[in-house]
Amino acid sequence: MSKVRLDLEKVRAARGYARHIAEDTQKFVEAHTTVAVERTVLRLLGVDGVNEEGIPLPNVVVDHLKEKKVLENGAAFYVGNAMASLKLSPMEIAEEVAKGTLDLTKLPLADAFERSLLIKEKAEEMVQRIKENRQVREEKLDAFGDKKGPYLYVIVATGNIYADIVQAKAAAKQGADIIAVIRTTGQSLLDYVPYGATTEGFGGTMATQENFRLMREALDESGEELGRYIRLCNYCSGLCMPEIAAMGAMERLDVMLNDALYGILFRDINMKRTLVDQYFSRAINGYAGVIINTGEDNYLTTADAYEEAHTVLASQFINEQFALKAGLPEEQMGLGHAFEMDPSLKNGFLYELAQAQMAREIFPKAPLKYMPPTKFMTGDIFKGQVQNTLFNMVTIMTGQKLHLLGMMTEAIHTPFLSDRAVAIENAAYIFNTMEDFGEEIEFKKGGIMEQRVEQVLSETVTLLKTIQEEGLFKTLETGKFAGIKRPQDGGKGLQGVVKKSAAYENPFFELLLDGRVK
Amino acid sequence: MSSGLYSKTQVNLDEKIDLRKIKPYGDTLNDGKVQVSFTLPVEDGDQAVEAAKLLAKKMGLEDPLVAHHKALDKEFTFFVVYGSVGHSVNYEDIHVEAVGGEVLSMEEVSAFIKEHIGRKIRVLGASTGTDAHTVGIDAIMNMKGFAGHYGLERYEMLEALNMGSQVSNEEFVEKALALNADVLLVSQTVTQKNVHIDNLVHLVELLEAEGIRDKVVLICGGPRISHELAKELGYDAGFGPGKYADDVASFAVHEMVRRRIE
Repeated sequence: MSKVRLDLEKVRAARGYARHIAEDTQKFVEAHTTVAVERTVLRLLGVDGVNEEGIPLPNVVVDHLKEKKVLENGAAFYVGNAMASLKLSPMEIAEEVAKGTLDLTKLPLADAFERSLLIKEKAEEMVQRIKENRQVREEKLDAFGDKKGPYLYVIVATGNIYADIVQAKAAAKQGADIIAVIRTTGQSLLDYVPYGATTEGFGGTMATQENFRLMREALDESGEELGRYIRLCNYCSGLCMPEIAAMGAMERLDVMLNDALYGILFRDINMKRTLVDQYFSRAINGYAGVIINTGEDNYLTTADAYEEAHTVLASQFINEQFALKAGLPEEQMGLGHAFEMDPSLKNGFLYELAQAQMAREIFPKAPLKYMPPTKFMTGDIFKGQVQNTLFNMVTIMTGQKLHLLGMMTEAIHTPFLSDRAVAIENAAYIFNTMEDFGEEIEFKKGGIMEQRVEQVLSETVTLLKTIQEEGLFKTLETGKFAGIKRPQDGGKGLQGVVKKSAAYENPFFELLLDGRVK
Repeated sequence: MSSGLYSKTQVNLDEKIDLRKIKPYGDTLNDGKVQVSFTLPVEDGDQAVEAAKLLAKKMGLEDPLVAHHKALDKEFTFFVVYGSVGHSVNYEDIHVEAVGGEVLSMEEVSAFIKEHIGRKIRVLGASTGTDAHTVGIDAIMNMKGFAGHYGLERYEMLEALNMGSQVSNEEFVEKALALNADVLLVSQTVTQKNVHIDNLVHLVELLEAEGIRDKVVLICGGPRISHELAKELGYDAGFGPGKYADDVASFAVHEMVRRRIE
């Protein structure tokens, strides 16, 4: 029973348009691969490490294939061929390429059956590892029990993985359920993933596989002590989107920011590039049991949260369909939105509550990600604490799941240990004292909230209809989301997009998508 | 003292404000009351509370009261401390480098430009370096503006272009040359280990190398930027929190006229 008397016909219409938009875009996506997708294939085949100049081996091999203009066949094709003719592992092959002693395109073509078989065997090893990681998570959740209410989600961002660990463990002890390690500024625009443990970053810490491993180990330790499973979150976005997904799957991350639209709008990443990357990354995240977060909340940091609420809902519908295409189940879709209306707006709280309730009802199985006020945080920490309290109330009243804690010192500095503790205490208080409030109240028929929901939903249907007619690429060119216009062939990373040949090989799609069905 | 309900002791407090010796105000002139909160990397307990008190005394707080202490982790304790500051400052001696001049409204800026400059002014803005945050430059430049102050894009006599975030200084200068920009706005929001200082200085050096530093009004802004810092780094002005598009526009047009940039 809908508390805001949703017009289900409009919800169905919106979903239908969104499905067409995703299907239309998917035709392009499936016909192409990218340098990042191929580097990911190599990582999943066990290629890791760096050459003498510090360049990651997956980059070395993909650059080699790109230089020979054969990337269209896929890295798996050449590595499989080399495995068959040289009897070397993918890692050894990558090392030979790095030394300059092997040209993958000069080897004689081995038997196609043998090539595919060798690659598939190697791929299955990794898929098995990812599956086991998923099982470890499930076992721990079974043993400890999973949290019923909202997950308290906090960020650490010291730049130094070892300092991050200290902060993360303290936050876990105070009650945090999800620890997100913010990435260093600018990493999303690097076309490679740095290697090893890192201690220098700006506004965050490098996402590297070793950093993932170190933090996972630390949080598992904390989890054992606390008798809870502490989830680890990172950022699977930017030019290395699928590689980060693969690294996260290998190191058992639990939550990943993963949204092409976000990268297009806010990082000026080329739309073709990142939509292709997103498909593979979501297939990996889906199989690994990772909850993805989408970035709609960011629209409201540039556009007005009251006026542009329908763009958030429209984008959630589109993100849902893209995720389904990649086999990612609804239970792993952390669709995003945010508490970002101007505090001086009369009845602003009602509009926030209406939006959150509407999202909850439209995406009933999704663990919605709800972001705290940031745009109107001023440095007045006392007012900020009140803003965060109102935000906490919306979450508990409407059943938001991934609850990113607001910091009263937002707009001043990256959080102190104590800022996080104060935020956790605030949320724990509200969630306890208001636990069943949402069950107890009804909203007035024809009231402000119901009217607001009707308005936003109607505007969403209209917007999605237009996008379906124009196509997603065209829409992004016209500035419909967040008021930001992005040209189809502009932005970063387009040169890394390649049309697949008929011989193209990537064993992982089949394994990852099949694996889920069972 | 007011009712004296809580404090029976007679405290000798000056009743007249002396601007040469000002102190914080709690509920009585010159009581010097302040609140401080901090975390110490020690286990919570009597010893930790004593440590907080001693530290407060070293900060210059008399009669510190540890109102709240709480373990954040095994080895971290959070404190809220109240006390009276013994120090005072001479208010009359203070000189602040502030962005001077009259702040005009959006309409007045347009009128000022028509009267004194007679052509549209080209404004280029960006969040430069590795900074990915556009909230500052957006608040100043985007049509909608912030907190009721329209952004520069809405100004009739300005041609404003916001390049967004993570723009390298080289790209920024290249664009400034291509557009023949009059006013350059640089935003630095999230920074760590003072990277914003190096980045801001680097931009000045590039502009000087291109020989256009004195042909533009160069302004920076962000939560950690003060006018004083901006001047020190070679900028014409710096705007911190609480400043809006009209503050920036007013300064820019006055500065152009003052320096006869035509």
